[in-house]
Amino acid sequence: MHVLRPLWAVLALVLVILVLRTFVVPEDFGIGERGYMYGWHRASDPQYWQGISVKLRGREYCKQCHLAQFTQNGESPHRIIQCENCHGLAGQHPGAVPKLTVDRSRDLCLRCHERLAYPSSQRGEIRGVSGATHNQGVECAKCHKPHKPTLGEKPPIGGKT
Amino acid sequence: MSSRRHFLKALAQGAATLAVSSTVGGSLASETATGAAEKGHKVRWGFLVDTQKCTGCGFCVKACKLENEVPYDANVTRTWVERYVEMEDGTVHADSPRGGRDGFVDPRVDLGRGSFQDIDPSRISKAFFVPKLCNQCENPPCVQVCPVGATYQNADGVVLVDRSWCIGCGYCIMACPYGVRFFHPVYHTAEKCNFCYHRITKGLKPACVEACPFEARLIGNLLDPADPVNRIIQTQRVNVLKEEYGTKPQVYYIGLSQEVR
Repeated sequence: MHVLRPLWAVLALVLVILVLRTFVVPEDFGIGERGYMYGWHRASDPQYWQGISVKLRGREYCKQCHLAQFTQNGESPHRIIQCENCHGLAGQHPGAVPKLTVDRSRDLCLRCHERLAYPSSQRGEIRGVSGATHNQGVECAKCHKPHKPTLGEKPPIGGKT
Repeated sequence: MSSRRHFLKALAQGAATLAVSSTVGGSLASETATGAAEKGHKVRWGFLVDTQKCTGCGFCVKACKLENEVPYDANVTRTWVERYVEMEDGTVHADSPRGGRDGFVDPRVDLGRGSFQDIDPSRISKAFFVPKLCNQCENPPCVQVCPVGATYQNADGVVLVDRSWCIGCGYCIMACPYGVRFFHPVYHTAEKCNFCYHRITKGLKPACVEACPFEARLIGNLLDPADPVNRIIQTQRVNVLKEEYGTKPQVYYIGLSQEVR
């Protein structure tokens, strides 16, 4: 029956694919708990994502060693800001990473303190300056201490602190 | 004459049967969607963004990129912050330079390619910031289109991508109505926000939530009636993005405005 020959060819191909499939598809691949439409996956994949290391440790972690700075900053309006937002993510500090790099750039402060008088956003309520005109080129921390930002004794601009 | 009547009758019956079967199908689908609690699942992660509180500092984007090792200077990010400035004459300016990674330190609106739109602050009628991230949809279109089963929804509602199984076809990137997916410059696989899965499964908050100084970003368990974030979602006026797509997003917004797309 020569008319059936293409059929045998197709069946053979299907068989080959089915055999190959058992080698290629991982054993734990299947329908997960979320069902046929959204659940197909390797059952071991969530473990990969769970196993990723935590890098942002949070202020309570910093507090364990840097209590003085934590306490001082805790009394300032900047207490809402995580230490690691400015000091860099702690990650493996103090073990594998002995020192963190503090971001002292003007642009870091201007993230909140560039004055944008937006009427319908909390941004408009934050006291700020125009970064383009306010003591350009001078590090903010020369005058405003980040952990105690209210202006006390004002060192002369450009002078030694 | 009678044959036409029979034909119309048969047509009507057929349509009725179709309608019934599709309703049954629909109710089954929603059962699988809402039946998570009955199956004994304890967690369905949901997110709450308060756009009234967001100041556009961009610490969330910075923390996300560092925490999840998305190359810092590549112009891709799992979460980003958009700025909307509406003028008195009704024109809306929107920008998100570098996804808001460095905050919004310029009163001018970034038009891209180095050009900026000057804004007259006295003519602003409203201006605000909107953080965006993966909505972990109940009906995720990105998962439906994956031809190899490399992206999937976990039992706790989080949509994950299998980096070793993804073939990089990019269907999911095109299917997402919210544009949250991109190719990871290092792994060359589809990448997206997963609510910092490595953190939430350890009892920590996602990096963006932790880094936000203004509590504009919150995460909670939608299956726990006592969860404070779930309480807000249940009892206050919240909205979701692009509801008309039927994706059932699980990132809820306070203070969403019609300009936001």
